[in-house]
Amino acid sequence: MNSARRIWGLMYRHLALYRRSWPRLLELTYWPTLQMCIWGFTSAFIASRIGVGGQVAAGILLGGVLLWEVALRSQMGMAISFLEEIWSRNLGHVFVSPLRPWELVAALIAMSAIRMVIGVLPAILLAWGLYAFNLFDLGPVLILFAINLMAMGWWIALGVISLILRHGAGAEALAWSVLFGITPFAAVFYPVSILPAWLQPIALALPAAHVFEGMRAALDTGLIHWDHLAWAIGLNIAWTLAAALLFARQFRAARVSGALLSIGE
Amino acid sequence: MTDAIRADGLTKRYAATLAVDAISFTAPMGAIIGLLGGNGAGKTTTIAMLMGLLIPTAGTIHVLGHDMATDRFAALARMNFSSPYVALPARLSVAENLRVYGHLYGVRQIEKRIAELAAELDLNDLLDRPAGQLSAGQKTRVALAKSLINRPELLLLDEPTASLDPDTGDMVRTWLERYAAETGCTILLASHNMAEVERLCSHVLMMKQGKIVDRGSPADLLARYGRDDLEDVFLDIARNRREGTP
Repeated sequence: MNSARRIWGLMYRHLALYRRSWPRLLELTYWPTLQMCIWGFTSAFIASRIGVGGQVAAGILLGGVLLWEVALRSQMGMAISFLEEIWSRNLGHVFVSPLRPWELVAALIAMSAIRMVIGVLPAILLAWGLYAFNLFDLGPVLILFAINLMAMGWWIALGVISLILRHGAGAEALAWSVLFGITPFAAVFYPVSILPAWLQPIALALPAAHVFEGMRAALDTGLIHWDHLAWAIGLNIAWTLAAALLFARQFRAARVSGALLSIGE
Repeated sequence: MTDAIRADGLTKRYAATLAVDAISFTAPMGAIIGLLGGNGAGKTTTIAMLMGLLIPTAGTIHVLGHDMATDRFAALARMNFSSPYVALPARLSVAENLRVYGHLYGVRQIEKRIAELAAELDLNDLLDRPAGQLSAGQKTRVALAKSLINRPELLLLDEPTASLDPDTGDMVRTWLERYAAETGCTILLASHNMAEVERLCSHVLMMKQGKIVDRGSPADLLARYGRDDLEDVFLDIARNRREGTP
């Protein structure tokens, strides 16, 4: 009960911030909507040139764009919520309150989920209205795909936060860029088999690659590849444990080095 | 009775720099203790260790009977902290900021508590204003309200009246005196305002180069150094004009 209140306290802090800052709200929806415009028209062009096969390819492309935004917004939402505390020079107060580190992480995850929904929902509606692509045609398995991509975003964000604790705000650029660096290996727009053989193990170590292989199979054949989902879930659990361990170690290291006193520098 | 603070052999070393050098002290329940020292004396490092923000290289800290190495969250719920050098989110209103910390500290009847603090610290006209738009003095009063939101049994104050005009500073000091007397709250006060320390503190710890170089009541220190005010005692110690009795 006390934990729930503390988690809500930190969430309330961020929700109050969004209520008072429309540019932040706009930023949440801007990029996913822009992405959907660009890739939506590109898909429409491909479909018009290739015919029926092109329509399937266009659907796969749009599904990839939308689901990758789920991972991107989840990762950025969590990391940027943490950075908001640094930018407002408020971390000192937060860390000397009774808020446990895991409660901080839970609040950041909850805020990330809210930010992701606000950011991606308009893009999903845009895809449906402008390009007649309904992501929900994937059926209930869509929820499992989305949860796995959100989880991947969260453990990557936890890794970024750990680096910020270790290296200070100098590492904050990673909050925006890290997932873009992973995109080539995540098999968002093409199957893992397209990658050179030596790169394929890297792709297969990422939950996203399994999610997108599963999504393509579902859109193409209507079949659910549960093996891919099982791999995605297993990998997410393993990576989450590794990220949690890294966070715990870096948090303690920051308490030893005094980094929490000067983390904004 | 358990001491509010008990620090034994507290040491903090950063690579070759010894920031705090094996200091030991206690703060009895209900006392107002002054922590004095020049810049770099180790006051901030000591306060950071007392709050669990920094892990000591050696030594132990017990706060309100809780070992900060193993049970710090139990202590943190019963204490609070204010410093003009740590900000509150600027875009949130004063009331929203106090609400956030009310939740973080598990305060019951938050709105009632905010209303009490607003009345006592003259914040009623500021509650709906963004914290970032306040004057330095107003921010200090809001930070003080935040630090009192959970009715702390131990209050760590870093320069609580910095940037306040004399009238408001006096109001805050009077309020702190009354709060400590009424609630039995222990206060550890780091300040460069010697008149403030002389007025509020029953005991003073003088720090220099990471060590406690002297301690005692303001009256004891004045008598020992043959001075009329603590500022001269501070200068004697800072400029090595006298040896203290740590």
